[in-house]
Amino acid sequence: MILDSKIPAGPLAEKWTKHKFNSKLVNPANKRKYEVIVVGTGLAGASAAASLAELGYNVKAFCFQDSPRRAHSIAAQGGINAAKNYQNDGDSVFRLFYDTVKGGDYRAREANVYRLAEVSVNIIDQCVAQGVPFAREYGGLLANRSFGGAQVSRTFYARGQTGQQLLLGAYSALSRQVANGKVKLYPRTEMMDVVVIDGQAKGIVTRNLITGAIETHAAHAVLLCTGGYGNVFFLSTNAMGSNVTAAWRAHKRGAYFANPCYTQIHPTCIPVSGDHQSKLTLMSESLRNDGRVWVPASKEMAEKLRKGEIKANDIPENERDYYLERKYPSFGNLVPRDVASRNAKYVCDEGRGVNETGEAVFLDFRDAIKRDTEEVIRAKYGNLFDMYQQITGENPYKVPMMIYPAVHYTMGGLWVDYNLMTTVPGLYALGEANFSDHGANRLGASALMQGLADGYFVIPYTVGDYLAQIGPKPVDTNHPEFEKTAKEVKERIQKLLSIKGSKTVDYFHKKLGKIMWNECGMARTAEGLSKAKAEIKALRAEFWKDVKVLGDNEELNQSLEKAHRVADFLELGELMIDDALNRNESCGGHFREEYQTPEGEALRDDENFAYVAAWKYTGDNQEEELYKEPLEFENVKLTQRSYK
Amino acid sequence: MSWVTKTLSSTLGRKLIMGLTGLFLILFLTGHVSGNLLLFKGDDGQAFNIYAKFMTTNPAVKILSYLTYISIIGHVIWSIWLTRQNKAARPVGYAESKASTNSTWSSRNMGILGTIILIFLVVHLQGFWYEMHWGNVPTVTYEGEEYKDLFRIVTFAFQNELLVAGYVIAMGFLGFHLSHGFASAFQTLGLSHKKYSPAIETVGKIYCVVVPAVFASMPLYIYFTS
Amino acid sequence: MKLTLKVWRQKNNADQGKFVSYPVEGISKDMSFLEMMDVLNEQLTEKGEDPVHFDHDCREGICGMCSMYINGKPHGPQQTTTCQLHMRSFNDGETITIEPWRAKAFPVVKDLVVDRSSFDRIIQAGGYVSVNTGGVPDANEIPIPKKIADEAFDAATCIGCGACVAACKNASAMLFTSAKISQLSMLPQGQVERKERAEKMIAQMDAEGFGACTNTGACAAECPKGISLTNIARMNREYFSAVVSSENV
Repeated sequence: MILDSKIPAGPLAEKWTKHKFNSKLVNPANKRKYEVIVVGTGLAGASAAASLAELGYNVKAFCFQDSPRRAHSIAAQGGINAAKNYQNDGDSVFRLFYDTVKGGDYRAREANVYRLAEVSVNIIDQCVAQGVPFAREYGGLLANRSFGGAQVSRTFYARGQTGQQLLLGAYSALSRQVANGKVKLYPRTEMMDVVVIDGQAKGIVTRNLITGAIETHAAHAVLLCTGGYGNVFFLSTNAMGSNVTAAWRAHKRGAYFANPCYTQIHPTCIPVSGDHQSKLTLMSESLRNDGRVWVPASKEMAEKLRKGEIKANDIPENERDYYLERKYPSFGNLVPRDVASRNAKYVCDEGRGVNETGEAVFLDFRDAIKRDTEEVIRAKYGNLFDMYQQITGENPYKVPMMIYPAVHYTMGGLWVDYNLMTTVPGLYALGEANFSDHGANRLGASALMQGLADGYFVIPYTVGDYLAQIGPKPVDTNHPEFEKTAKEVKERIQKLLSIKGSKTVDYFHKKLGKIMWNECGMARTAEGLSKAKAEIKALRAEFWKDVKVLGDNEELNQSLEKAHRVADFLELGELMIDDALNRNESCGGHFREEYQTPEGEALRDDENFAYVAAWKYTGDNQEEELYKEPLEFENVKLTQRSYK
Repeated sequence: MSWVTKTLSSTLGRKLIMGLTGLFLILFLTGHVSGNLLLFKGDDGQAFNIYAKFMTTNPAVKILSYLTYISIIGHVIWSIWLTRQNKAARPVGYAESKASTNSTWSSRNMGILGTIILIFLVVHLQGFWYEMHWGNVPTVTYEGEEYKDLFRIVTFAFQNELLVAGYVIAMGFLGFHLSHGFASAFQTLGLSHKKYSPAIETVGKIYCVVVPAVFASMPLYIYFTS
Repeated sequence: MKLTLKVWRQKNNADQGKFVSYPVEGISKDMSFLEMMDVLNEQLTEKGEDPVHFDHDCREGICGMCSMYINGKPHGPQQTTTCQLHMRSFNDGETITIEPWRAKAFPVVKDLVVDRSSFDRIIQAGGYVSVNTGGVPDANEIPIPKKIADEAFDAATCIGCGACVAACKNASAMLFTSAKISQLSMLPQGQVERKERAEKMIAQMDAEGFGACTNTGACAAECPKGISLTNIARMNREYFSAVVSSENV
């Protein structure tokens, strides 16, 4: 099969307009004859479900949380980019497009990114109309800030809770359609599988998390808006429930998985405090504007610090290594996320890490407080400092903060064409669940933009094109394929419950997370990856022999829910490693130690790897097949990033 | 259901009635305490008795007094109604509760305070109001006109230590009831504003101490002076 | 740290339920409360006992899913969410009582998990501005004074956790409902449906079986996001002016 990205012909700036015109339309009177399933109610899912229902389609929306409002989009802090150029500082659709392609280290599709930049302006209008309380200037107009090292101020924000406000906006639009009867909501319901009939997605199998009932739902199209898979690392900034299951089941039913090894590791998170840590908390990267990153210059000093024999403030200036400022004199502490993260890992690997665990570096505000006074620093970062103190019990005005990188976002996901359709006709992937817009590295404030672009402004057009083609013939769950798929789901549940082994689900999840973090995290080597692959295979075999899942299916059973998700992570982990092994270059969030410049920076290989790696599932315990979608750059020039 | 009954039977409508009747009763208390200050006049009750006659015969006051009766009855009935709704909203309670850390005692016990005040009210009305209207009250004559000598009844009644003690204690409960009720009524009516709410709260705090204290001083004054 | 946990166990909604005490050891002061619960659950699973079910998701204080009544207070001794509560707020050897939210409108699903879909239905009744996707004016065509935008934002930060209902002696949902009504009534975008919204959302709030407001202020005192009582006053005002002037007879 040749991957057809269906990118419309013509000049970049006209592609989307032309494509919209060329898309088939569904007659307004016929729209009510179509059923659409939306899995996930985050920014992408809620906005898609609401928009499609507004058009007249019958929508079923599913989420595993108790309410659609709790999807993890809610936790996004910083903001949302849009090429409004309200600040008159030279922003434009093309500049946002250019920055995003470059930021993604030239591993994203030009046409998709351009469309994203194009519709970004509509998103802000839409959200404001819904009553989202963005930050404003005294004149009553919208405020912007510069974010993540961008040269222009294009980020719209609502204090440090932009994701929450945008999600509540989309949730309110969704709620309106629930009240109108156009959306039927299924909270506390987990998608267990996709039903594919004659090569087309025709529905899903779900588990009611309260009663355990396995149910089937038929539709003309299925939209997966199920987020990323960062929890394969066990510790990440994702929510506890974030999982890959929906995407992975789709993958096993024929949807290719693209660039799974592209993961974003965010440098400023609160470090792990002990073995019982369940998740990591992100601190806005704006902290690096004033904080100085350092570790002790010597291993001996670091050792003393870890044992608690000395305190950070006891270390004299000449014993401190401000390693980012030393290595990158022009960017200093403001180097991009991937560079900052990798360097933190290096110094900790050298044995100079701090905290009891040795896996942390200092982010010190002493000099900033001396320069600007504590009051100024409090005005800028007060809420972040409070959050830090709440979690760690330490006062960052007095002692340096400790930070460490953590998994934050996954750029990889289900392969989709320009219409956001996966390789299974009728099956779509939106938001973080797809791979399409961020390349090998996502820029700050772009995730919210993509989720809402896909849901509000892309899918309503592209799904209509498909629906018009297949026609409004009624769908129902009587087809034997539904029963067959449901039966497979039930068998898997029975299998998990009947193993009755000796180790808890978390045991396996933590172990998997350690392997992934050590070998497929911030820096990767062919050797380490090969070793990890074998370890994961063994761990998966052990899981299916020795996992302990208590209780029954016919009740609320959180262990069973976790077991399902971890079983899928155990398979995904291996594919991530295959992908990382295949990509013999370093780009964005994927850093192979073998491929670096003499200065230790990521070394791309545009000749051989300017492609999307899309993986096809071929059967249990079999190697997946790689398909390549070449990336063509007609509007941007590929350059090497440098921050010296 | 018409929109009126629908509104009044909604939670907010019920609260509206509590707030309005409460505020009216606060107005009534203000009038009542001001009039009763005549007890302190030291003219052997002449001014007080004239005032009492005025209060029972003036048609305008009559209307007000009917409004007061309605307010009392309304306040009681709606509070029962609301309390039942509130109890039903939490059929299973908590094993452990530290409500004292998030709210004042009076605010959580308005029902109990109100019930005690209601009992007091029954005793109070029976002793004076009923007597005044239908009881056997001696009369006095001032400047040729005959008056019921309510003052005599009052001074006689407050020779009884138990009754005096009961009155003083009841006024304590009234104070607590008002300490929450005063500002709460404004909040319920939606009368909350950065500029005015602090004043309302301050007035409420003063009111809930001063008015019950003045009321309580009356039986004490009479007990110790006659 | 060594602790005794007195936890409400209830197999399902039909079950009677009871408290069960569990000792836990090796708790570090740096753990979050939910991580401490994870430790308990790992111990229970290893022993073959059903782990304690509780709602949680983001564990960074924003999704509003966690919901435990700890030692007599929603989300425990600090004014934060349970996931942001850390064990340094407790003493070694302490007994901690953990109960689910208690309200008729929040029926217990299992153990500490309750059903808060009543909140969703209140929003569905009118907690939105009826605009379809597309066809909206440019964002800067709706200027909003910064003060108003900020105040609307303060109301909009509600995470829908239900601590207000849990804290209220009447299990009232006034703070939750008023936060949304307030946000939209302050903003120009919310004006068109202002009256209808107040009427419908309050009708739904009543239909769900929440209690009335006694203005004790417990909700605001326990709200992890600091939603203010002035929202309730504003909602009352909105409602009374709506019912006397709206077109709904």
